[in-house]
Formats: sequence, C-alpha cells, structure tokens
Amino acid sequence: MADPATDTPSPQFSRVVADESEVARALTRMAHELLEANHGAENLVLLGIPTRGVPLARRLAALIEKVEGRPVRQGELDITMYRDDLRANPTRNPGRTAIPGSIDDSVVVLVDDVLYSGRTIGAAFDALRDLGRPRAVRLAVLVDRGHRELPIAADTVGRTIQAADDERVAVQLAELDGTDAITITRTGKES
Amino acid sequence: MRHLLGCADLSATDAIAILDLAEEMQQVQSRPVKKLPALRGRTIVNIFFEDSTRTRTSFEIAGKWLSADTINVSAKGSSVSKGESLRDTMLTLDAMGVDCFVIRHPSSGAAAQVASWVRAQVVNAGDGQHEHPTQALLDAYTMRKHFRSLGNDGFAGKKIAIVGDLLHSRVVRSNVLLQNLLGGEVVLVAPPTLLPTGVENWGCQVTSDFDSVLPEADIVMMLRVQRERMAGGYFPTEREYTAGYGLTEERLRALKPGAGICHPGPMNRGVEISSAAADAANSLVLEQVASGVAIRMSVLYHLLGSDEGAMR
Repeated sequence: MADPATDTPSPQFSRVVADESEVARALTRMAHELLEANHGAENLVLLGIPTRGVPLARRLAALIEKVEGRPVRQGELDITMYRDDLRANPTRNPGRTAIPGSIDDSVVVLVDDVLYSGRTIGAAFDALRDLGRPRAVRLAVLVDRGHRELPIAADTVGRTIQAADDERVAVQLAELDGTDAITITRTGKES
Repeated sequence: MRHLLGCADLSATDAIAILDLAEEMQQVQSRPVKKLPALRGRTIVNIFFEDSTRTRTSFEIAGKWLSADTINVSAKGSSVSKGESLRDTMLTLDAMGVDCFVIRHPSSGAAAQVASWVRAQVVNAGDGQHEHPTQALLDAYTMRKHFRSLGNDGFAGKKIAIVGDLLHSRVVRSNVLLQNLLGGEVVLVAPPTLLPTGVENWGCQVTSDFDSVLPEADIVMMLRVQRERMAGGYFPTEREYTAGYGLTEERLRALKPGAGICHPGPMNRGVEISSAAADAANSLVLEQVASGVAIRMSVLYHLLGSDEGAMR
C-alpha cells in the first residue's frame, strides 16, 4: 500500500508532450495533408489499426468530411493474424476487421497511433493483399518515434518525437482513455 | 491451453473467447482470399477412426484457411487395419513432426489417452460416448446468433431442450458442460432406457415428457436415433419412438414462437425429426454446418497460434 505521506507520482518519469488541443490541431493538419496529397477525398478509404488507430481513423474521416462536405469511407483493419511475432507471444484474441466495401482501386490510408519499428505496418500490407488491390496505400500516424526496423515511412505525421529505447511513447484518446494526450514514460529498461 | 479434449477442460472465459473469435473467422468465408497466415508452417493431421464427413471436412477447411498444412488419415486402409496398435500409430505419426492431431475414435477417452502419449497437441473430434467439444461450441455459437437475431444477448435464462438418444450421444455431454459455463438451462428429454447412468448428477432437469417441454424451450436440439441401436431393445419400434420423442409437425406447432431447432446431423427425417421441422424457418440446422468451419478455425488458432500454446 502507498504511504499517504509520500504519495508522489510513481518513480517512473512521465511527461505529457501534447495535450488535447495539440492533438486536435495535429489531426486537423493531417486531414488537410491527406486531402492535399490526394487532390480531394476521391477514392479515399481510411482504415484504422486496432486499438487506437480505429478512433483516430474515425476522427480523420470526420475532419475530412467537414472540409469536403461529403462522407469518406472508413473502417478497421486488424493485423494480429499477420504479425511476424504471433508465435512468440501468448495467444491473443484478434480485434475486428471491418472493410467498408471493396478496396480495389481505392487509395487506402492506414491510420495508427504510434509508428515505431514499422512491423505493424508491414503486417498491414500483408493483410491488405488478402483483401484486394488498392491503387495506392498511404500511412497516417499521430506519433513517429523513430527506431524503424523496416523501410517504412509515414505520409503524414502528427508529431515526431525523438524517444530513446527505454522510453515508452503512449497515445491516450478520449474514446478509450477519457482524455487526449501523448505521453513519454521512462521505463528504465531497454525495450 | 494445450489440448482441447472436452468442454470439461474449458473455463467460461475460454469458451467465450472461442465463440467471439469465431465471429471474426466467419467473415473470412466472404473474403476474396479465404486465407489467414496465422498457422503457416504448422502441420495438422486429421485422424478419424470413425466415419465422418462434416467434422473431418470442416476441420480440414479450417486448418487450410489458417494456412496450416492439413493431412487426412483414414484409419481404414491404414496400418491400423493391419493390426497396429493405436499407440504405435500415433507415435509413428508424431515422430514425423506433426504439430496437432484432430482425432475421432469410437472409444471414450481415446483422445485423452493419445494426448498423454504424443508430443503434438490434440483436439478431440469425438471420442466414443464421451465428448465432442467442437460440436457443442458450434451449437452454442449458432444459438447465440439466433438469440441475438431475436434481440437478446447471452444464454442466461434460456431453456435448451436436448431430445433423443442421450445414452449413446457424446454431443449431449459436451453441450451440458458448455451450457453450465455459459449459463443456459438444459432440459434433457429421453425415454428412460436412453438416459445415461449418473445423469442425475449432471445438474440439469431430466424428463421423459417431451410435450411438457415444448411451450417453454428456446432451443430444441434433436439427436439422431441410431438405427443400429434398434437391436438393443431401447425402444419397441421406430414409430413408437417418433410418437413419443420425434419433432413431428404437430409438436412443431406447439413450440414457442421463435424457438430454434437444432440437429447435429446426419438427420433421420421422419424418425426423430419431421421434414416440416427440419426445413422450418426457425430451423438452424444449416447454420450449424456453416458455423462449423469458423468454430474450428477459432479452436485451432487458440491452440496453435502461439508457441506457448497458452490461452489468455
């Protein structure tokens, strides 16, 4: 039990690098960048990668709709089955995959919260291949924290953070966590 | 979880995780590429010492859609018919580097026995009169879908009548054990000669009066009457059995509206189930078959998806 006299935050150092309004501004810019690169919302399909990519894709879709005045297709793409470390980890129950119609010849935008090793996105490419043949695949992430293990780059990034290996970059979203924030936590162990 | 030998090994969390994942797996059936890479490089041997079409085929499809290599071994024409013992057959196959055996055997307890011999993981696809866990899971999956289509979730307060030859049925034991986990209330209906011994300890209601159950059952599950049992003197004639325990047209009308009709197949039309009931709008028989592949994909993924073979 914690002693109330020394009731300080845990010895881990956690700092917030972006709050609610900064997350909102970043997402608005990302929506505009996607539209600019695609010359409008024509053929766009936003696919969020569970868990936090899903609400992010929903928000980006809403922002794009606000600018363009018409809805943009949006769904979820679970990549659990396609992970290259599936066998090394305890069995996990996959999330939902919900694709809004055919993705053939569309421009799929993969949406995730944090881009780190790039392996999740690598797995997402494999998952997409089984679902159809998009004309192009783009990547939108709220945070790029570096340390890539695969040759993958995002097309639009909310915030680039130079985080060390022993730091954990976490995104909180109101839909799941009650608040919007990007935090860095020092874990003290190399990940 | 290392093996799936019976519903007795499952916890409520396991059972619900299997049902939930099966819903995702069912989506694969409607995709252009019916393939998930989850079990790439795994080898599954379906070894059936009893005839079966639907169970064996659906296990084979399930393994293939998850990218495992599946091989069917029929005991007929194998070294078993040359007199090799079950243990030697299984150890031989095990030595070839098989990851999982899906086994059906006429003796109760065979799957558990095999699991104690081999290094591979074992799924029981029916052992004698003991258990047939994937059948019970797909029954539960079908029922849950049916309940949801009527606007309610879960098994709590639902009455599930299982009718027929309970004595020789492995499906009934698995279903009772599974419903004990999920919260459904099972009523067993059978002539006294076809009740298994010890049924009073199963924790469910038992009756020989089918008609009294009809108006309150949410599901009626009809079990096949095995014609070969007739010689055993369990009931006087087929007609008499149908009169007492068949889901006739008349009984179909006495069912509560929206009650679902299940049958694990193969059906004896005109004996335990009338054609009118088998083809009724609320018959779930074909849905059960359709759920079979999804449930077996879910089970195989839970057992073989991770090297730890651990279910979370």
